[in-house]
Amino acid sequence: MRALAPVALLAFGALYCMASRTDVLPDDRADALATHYSGGGQDINGISFLVRKKIGDHVSVSYNHLEDIVSGASIDVRTSGASPYRETRTQDGLSAEFLYGKTTYSLGVTHSYEPDYRSNTANFGISQSMFGDLTTISMTYRRTWNDVFKMECLVDDKALNYPCVEKVHDPAFGKKDMDERAYGVGITQILTRNSIISANFEVITDQGWLSNPYREFLYVNPGTGLGYGLAPEVDPNTRTSNALGFDYKYYLPWKAALDLQYRYFEDTWQIRAHTAQIGYTQPWRNWTFDGSLRFYTQTHADFYSDLFSSATQQNFMSRNRELSSFNEFTIGAGASYEFHVPYATWINKSTASLRIDHFIFDYKDFRNALLIDPTAGVAAGAEPLYSVQLNVMQLFLSIWY
Amino acid sequence: MSISRRIVGLAAALLLLSQLSGCGTIQPWVKPYERERLADPIMSFDPSPVSSAYMEHVFEVRAAARGGNGAAGGGCGCN
Repeated sequence: MRALAPVALLAFGALYCMASRTDVLPDDRADALATHYSGGGQDINGISFLVRKKIGDHVSVSYNHLEDIVSGASIDVRTSGASPYRETRTQDGLSAEFLYGKTTYSLGVTHSYEPDYRSNTANFGISQSMFGDLTTISMTYRRTWNDVFKMECLVDDKALNYPCVEKVHDPAFGKKDMDERAYGVGITQILTRNSIISANFEVITDQGWLSNPYREFLYVNPGTGLGYGLAPEVDPNTRTSNALGFDYKYYLPWKAALDLQYRYFEDTWQIRAHTAQIGYTQPWRNWTFDGSLRFYTQTHADFYSDLFSSATQQNFMSRNRELSSFNEFTIGAGASYEFHVPYATWINKSTASLRIDHFIFDYKDFRNALLIDPTAGVAAGAEPLYSVQLNVMQLFLSIWY
Repeated sequence: MSISRRIVGLAAALLLLSQLSGCGTIQPWVKPYERERLADPIMSFDPSPVSSAYMEHVFEVRAAARGGNGAAGGGCGCN
């Protein structure tokens, strides 16, 4: 704590020097979003809405609610032999921003609920405009408390599409805790009258139960028909990651915007990742069109393997494909139409938008274990690599008032 | 150098910068009346917060990388 004293002193000094100027709060707006996700054996349908409103000149509050209904069975579920399932996730968030001079303070709380995962988050942020509003710096802190459960099926009817009729928490697994802390600093800089850039650095540190209760690793077991065995993954109990991201926007001479993004990521599990994205936005009459290309690549965690030599090869073992080496490519396009709502004079602007994104995941060391068939000469470890394509569609309405 | 020390150092540097701006005499090279294009909604970093939060969640639960580009939604989505 002693190390934080100079920071607190400097923060006080900064706010004292800035107090006589003014800045702005975010616009009052409401958004309603419907989403559809499909691919990899899963369908996810969701809704979400956000309402933001100023109270006086210094305070803006917002409320966000979302619901996702997940159904189907991913390759991990099918490999473990479990049945397709259906479950709902809900999330509610409340936040407030307070503006004093050039300083904006933000506070927020979020609660997320799934039958097997409960999460509560509190966050605090402070941002400061300076150099005649050319520069804004920000600092954020977020703390998340998670409770992890494992569901087991009480009533199983194989005649149904989703055989598990009734689920309860597995008493043998109990409740596991996982805490997360995130520290962020950022800067947004106006470069020219046509360009602006932001840079954000974030450290996230986790402690507690970091394994996925359903994911299992494969190990060589010649005594079984398929030549492999399955055992629950064991991840370390701590993880710390660093991420540094840049976002550059340029206003083109024919009234269009170019967006370039890059992020470098590393963590204590020896995962390294690069993300690059390019986007283009073009308004035309009442329409705004945009398109984006995104490329992502990561290396695997040091305790990841597609096939372990035995169930006790090492202390930490995972075959979680999110921790494997893979490339991912996303192409997205969207269109937004601005319209007038008759008789609603309190609405300043309203838009209807549609966006579609297509994802392609190519795994480099995660194989499709469903294709293991020793009788056909495909032994464990020789099956083809897994790849999957996903589609996400978003339809949303926005009003500003 | 530990991560917490690096964060504290970076935060101190940024805050020192803020004090220089507040009490110093640095003049903006892009005047307020020259920022019409930057104020256009197409130049917003996050024009659709609900949509971008959803997309961020989709990315985060399917890859190891996280952070460095704003807050994302909670939950596991891990099956």
